[in-house]
Amino acid sequence: MSAQKDRRVSSLVFLLFCAYSIPRSGSASLQQEPSPQHYFSGLEAGSTSLAFFTPTVSPGAQPFLEQIESSAEALQDYGISVVKVNCPKEDVSRYCGKENALRKAFLFRGIRLIREFPTDALFDVNSIVANVLFALLFNEVKYIETLADLENIENVLKGKSNMVFAYVPATGTAEHRAVMEAAFVYGTIHQFVLTTEAALLKATSHDDPDVSSAWLLFCHCQQATDPAQPCRRTALAQPLTLLNIHRHLKLMGAPLVTEVAEDPEKISTVHLQLGLPLVFILSQQETYEADRRTAEFVAWQLLGKAGVALLSRDLVDLNVLHRSNVALKTPDEGMPIQYLVLEDTDEVITLVEDKNKVKQIQEDEQEEEEDEDEKENNNQDIQDDQVVEAVSRDKKRELPLEHILVLTEENFHSSLSEAARTVVLFYASWEAVSLAVLRSYSEVAAHLKGALGVLLSRVNCWDWPGLCSQENVTQFPTMRIYKEGQQSVTYGGMWATEELSSFILLSQFSCPLKLATMDEAEGYLRGEFPPELSSHHHTSLLGVFSTATSEAREAFEEAGNILSGHVRMGMYFEDDALALSQKYSVSPPALLLARSGGRSVEGIALSKHRVQDMVQMIRYELLDIFPEITVPNLPQYLQLGKPFLILFSAGDISQMESKEMLKLAKGRSQQAFVACWLNLKKTPVGHGILRTYFSSTPPLPVLLWVNLHAGGQVFKFPSEQSITEMNILSWLEKLQAGLEIPSSTLSEEDWKPPLPAYDFFQMMEPSVPEPSPHSGDSPVQHPPKTPGGDTARGDTATREKPSQESTAEKVGSPGRGLRGTAPRLAARDKQGKRHSEL
Amino acid sequence: LGLALYAGSLCPVGGATFLYHDYCVIGAGPAGLQAAYFLQQAGRDYIVFERSHAPGSFFALYPRHRKLISINKQYTGKSNSEFNLRHDWNSLLSHDRRLLFRRYSRDFFPNADTMVRYLEEFASLLKLRVQYNTAIIHVTLEKNERAWNGHYFLLTDQDRKNYKCSSLLVAAGTWVPNVVNFPGSEYVEGYETVSINPEDFAGQTVLILGRGNSAFETAENILGVTNFIHMVSRSRVRLSWATHYVGDLRAINNGLLDTYQLKSLDGLLEGDLEDLAIIKDKKGKLHITLRFYLENRNISAGIDSITLPQDELDNFATRAPYDRVIRCLGWKFDFSIYNRSLRMMPGKGNIKKYPQIKPSYESRGTQGLFVLGTASHSVDFRKSAGGFIHGFRYTTRAVHRLLENRHHGVPWPSTVYPITQLTNSIIKRVNEASGLYQMFSVLADIILLRENATAFEYLEEYPIGVLAELEMQTGRKARNALFVIIMEYGRNFSGADKDVFYYNRAVGEAQHAWQSNFLHPVIYYYKRLPTEREMRLLHPDWPLPRPDAIHHIVEDFLTDWTAPNAHILPLRRFLENCLCTDLRNFFAESCFLFAFTHQKLPPSCQQGYVRMQGLVGSQELRHHAVQAGLLQDYTHTDFSGDRPPDSHDGSQGIPVRPLQHLVNAKDE
Repeated sequence: MSAQKDRRVSSLVFLLFCAYSIPRSGSASLQQEPSPQHYFSGLEAGSTSLAFFTPTVSPGAQPFLEQIESSAEALQDYGISVVKVNCPKEDVSRYCGKENALRKAFLFRGIRLIREFPTDALFDVNSIVANVLFALLFNEVKYIETLADLENIENVLKGKSNMVFAYVPATGTAEHRAVMEAAFVYGTIHQFVLTTEAALLKATSHDDPDVSSAWLLFCHCQQATDPAQPCRRTALAQPLTLLNIHRHLKLMGAPLVTEVAEDPEKISTVHLQLGLPLVFILSQQETYEADRRTAEFVAWQLLGKAGVALLSRDLVDLNVLHRSNVALKTPDEGMPIQYLVLEDTDEVITLVEDKNKVKQIQEDEQEEEEDEDEKENNNQDIQDDQVVEAVSRDKKRELPLEHILVLTEENFHSSLSEAARTVVLFYASWEAVSLAVLRSYSEVAAHLKGALGVLLSRVNCWDWPGLCSQENVTQFPTMRIYKEGQQSVTYGGMWATEELSSFILLSQFSCPLKLATMDEAEGYLRGEFPPELSSHHHTSLLGVFSTATSEAREAFEEAGNILSGHVRMGMYFEDDALALSQKYSVSPPALLLARSGGRSVEGIALSKHRVQDMVQMIRYELLDIFPEITVPNLPQYLQLGKPFLILFSAGDISQMESKEMLKLAKGRSQQAFVACWLNLKKTPVGHGILRTYFSSTPPLPVLLWVNLHAGGQVFKFPSEQSITEMNILSWLEKLQAGLEIPSSTLSEEDWKPPLPAYDFFQMMEPSVPEPSPHSGDSPVQHPPKTPGGDTARGDTATREKPSQESTAEKVGSPGRGLRGTAPRLAARDKQGKRHSEL
Repeated sequence: LGLALYAGSLCPVGGATFLYHDYCVIGAGPAGLQAAYFLQQAGRDYIVFERSHAPGSFFALYPRHRKLISINKQYTGKSNSEFNLRHDWNSLLSHDRRLLFRRYSRDFFPNADTMVRYLEEFASLLKLRVQYNTAIIHVTLEKNERAWNGHYFLLTDQDRKNYKCSSLLVAAGTWVPNVVNFPGSEYVEGYETVSINPEDFAGQTVLILGRGNSAFETAENILGVTNFIHMVSRSRVRLSWATHYVGDLRAINNGLLDTYQLKSLDGLLEGDLEDLAIIKDKKGKLHITLRFYLENRNISAGIDSITLPQDELDNFATRAPYDRVIRCLGWKFDFSIYNRSLRMMPGKGNIKKYPQIKPSYESRGTQGLFVLGTASHSVDFRKSAGGFIHGFRYTTRAVHRLLENRHHGVPWPSTVYPITQLTNSIIKRVNEASGLYQMFSVLADIILLRENATAFEYLEEYPIGVLAELEMQTGRKARNALFVIIMEYGRNFSGADKDVFYYNRAVGEAQHAWQSNFLHPVIYYYKRLPTEREMRLLHPDWPLPRPDAIHHIVEDFLTDWTAPNAHILPLRRFLENCLCTDLRNFFAESCFLFAFTHQKLPPSCQQGYVRMQGLVGSQELRHHAVQAGLLQDYTHTDFSGDRPPDSHDGSQGIPVRPLQHLVNAKDE
């Protein structure tokens, strides 16, 4: 199929005439017959001819003659020859002799006269063709005058064949001709019914029809079984031309729903050939029946506008989202099939109608921007906040909150003083982030159930605003741990089950934890002490102080308060502290850092004694040298403000890669960048990153240099080179020298409002006071007030608009919910819902 | 405290001795006690003067029939104490939960004695400094350059004791009964003294002058025993449920309308009382005539010679004689005690019963003199609730905050939030705030944006009449754009002659929110603080000058504006478009993706995730977000590197628009 519309049309016309027109013999023109005798003797039994008899040249018949001559060609297509018979002067036979016969044309089949036409009925080509065919197709086209006639015919046809009903304002018009020409082709397949009665038009069309324009209905009587019900009708929406009628009948003849079991890209149906879109309803075996009904429903709605096919997903291996339920194939070549998730049959219909609209606009060479604006506006009321939407989709699920105590203004202080440690989540029950965190919190509660002697509780600030402001909670959510109802520590980490649990776990112990014996200290470094924390696999930090260094110790304790809950901190300042630290070749004051369960302990001398410096240093020291980047830990490394050298791996990285990267990370350039890796199995969102950098996921593993903070360039380490420290270093040198070309650059875009807001100013314009143009000396300006008039005007102008909208939308199809998707009644129903009506 | 030194100090000035206080409050009614509470909480040197021996002397007498018409809702289905104040019209503001009116009465319309008891306990429980039995009979000024306002206020009580203050808070209410003088007005009984025993009216015909709640309350009391009651007033009856003004006739008092409209038994008449005349006949019956006739008569002639209207017009409406005429015309402010130098002038037109004040509640005539309580109602007369306890408890707090800033350098209380909390802080307030709700279109919450719109400062319940002076009045800086949040009724909705029950009176669709008729939140956005000139040129129908953008949150049947799609989403879009940013929340995973694919991050990632406070979300939630097409699920995608580069990415399931907004990384 050609993408060009005109080519499509011409091929269609070609198709039409190849199939149905009778091959022409020679050049079509007016035949001349010398005499009536000659003419009648030459008539063949089956052939049809239109003849007129002229004595000599009579001036009155001249314009008629011209018209009839020019219609000869058209009539020839239908096997009708047009003959001019010259009447010799002396001839007084039936056709030549009488004066009035000379003002007529005669239609013969063989030698039998079928009809005689007064010349004033044959005023132009259209009327000639129309009337001649009308006479010829007397049986195929029924002319009726009353509604009862129509009903009678309909009843006779029910269960047998379909009917084409046409109204034309008058016979002999172009529309009449088009109907007759169509009847000539389709007359044996469908019953054609014609009327010129305006009353019948009114009875068959919905709203107030224009009696001066023609109207054609396809009545689906063949499938009609109920004798009481009229046949389903599909009106031709376009003007009545032969081409349009042909198209319409073709479409009506096509199966309502096509069942498809092959790749939709390869499917071609009548609809696509005729330049209409094809809608696929994606079906599965389990829902086949419902889908079939849906497809039929949609097909009836779209009849004449688009085709509908039922595509079985079980038979075709589709590479699309599982929840997609509708696909749209447009006739334009090269346009991929659109797979969509729609919730309502209305959406399918609008989709198709919008498509047609857009196409029309494009054809008219108008700007389509307006339409796009409109489309965007329609999305304004669709939730695009992932957290809010997720929470509201989850709101029906009851949360397991039985392990979480509900605190109120009344019991808050008493509950806090009862437990040694109380975790309180302050939240607002209407706020999405709060509710999302509450879900994680309930998981924490289930996880920690009963253990520890920590009381988990929550305060809904929507119920108890006084309590929340008294506790100085200004943001939702806020989590705090109260110790004996007194001091509290506010949680400042990720809102995730694991992190929350870890915080609650660590908060049980004082921070830093004072270790009394060398054994305890050693056990602590191995992660075995205190035993409650043995399951907690985080880096342990031990501050070792000699009894003399009280300044550093106090700072360390202060830092412990700040990092409480987030870092596992211990402190040892017994007499043998020196011995302990020397084991790790440092001298007090020092920090001992035990990573991964004490297998490696690192000693760091404490030189800075300011609390803030110490906090910063501890945070820095806790970072891994070659970390696996995950969603929760990325922010810690982002804060360093350095470029990332990141290895994307499909799973765990190989030992060789790990070794080389570690060497690199520990090397001299450690300060300049963050060397890290990402496990795509554990952090699948990494695919999203790669897909953004490259159009598809490149072969893995892939090593990238990402300038996160400056410039945003992304460089890809050549895949043909092996990942070794040497190769990487020389590559990095080339990078620095600007010899490499970035594979991608991070978007510099600002985060703009995703969609516009309602412009209430524009809507309320008539009632908005203009800023006064007058200077400030005058007092308050009263607008000229006609009693009641001013306000009433604004009122009607503004109130009318929505009502018009709503009626326009009411006319639209009733719509049915699509299978398996809850119809969004509230969001779809655009009419202003007014609660006073309920 | 240095203040304690001042307290009780004696200042001998020109022979007379003055007892000095920073603040003097006249009147220990609800407004005076409310002001005293805030002054006490702030540790200020103040004194309250009360002429009676106990607080709330007005309520000791009025309403005569003892039923308060301010509602006292026991149950709202909510525990939110701030919200519950929306339907508690009697409590004063305090930190003490014992001082909620519902602990004093279970009646929906409580007895006035309960109010007196409540005020007594409010004063005693909070140990407010009230000097009883002190009637201030004269107030004058003493010029002094060192005084806060360039003058001191000198007060004299009935015992010629003198007091001196830097600031004077007048909470004296309106207690002087309105009296109309016309021939025969000596036969009229006043509301303040008329019998409240219905027995006294048995079989009588009564004329009531006035059409306010006191008039109807009086009628209600005797409706069952009188022959009939007529009520005369210049103005038409205004029903408070039709006007949304609580000072108009409340449904609880309108029994007379029933008998009038149903059975033509009792009746309402419109007429100017000034034209009226009453004459008493020999039997003691009172006849209505017109002043006009009296002026023309022969003075020496007897009562019989006076023309009555029915002599000329024999179906004159009030031709039947009355047994009693009762005056229920309301009260006015007592202007008599203020020296002329204070220029305490009555307002003009229908607010002449109130002194002239600015929207900051400061007197137009004297700096440092603030009018509180009922007497301050000229600011929002017939509009909002500033003349009633449930309204002026908030305006009194606003005045206190203005004074704290002006005299003590304590700026208006405010909270600074990160911009991600913008939508939340508005939603929280419009759902629970009582001050905004009661004092609709008078008090507003103000949001001052910080530079670059990364944070904002939230000020509660500021009087919008002085919006232009915000920096000076609050001590806060408004250098950037600001939002003003108020509550409004629909502009053309209410009124005495409007049908407020018409079909489709309520709007349900967010995009038609501006047509909302019932009380709903409206947010005004200004790129800079409106100027005083703009405030002066205000359109009379508008509470504020034309903003740069405006948003209405659609009215809600439950006044619960927390619906994610109908209320919060449109508000967020409005705020986003004002600030030109993206205020959506994102899960940590999205922020992670953005951190690697964008040089800039949306505020919620910037202020949450990057600061290690990202929202990871539970498995279910992320699954829901994926289903909604708002989060991409990468777990099941194959990542075979050998896929041809031109394979249709469109078929990979991102045709849903919103997602494109999330991941529109590379092609831009």
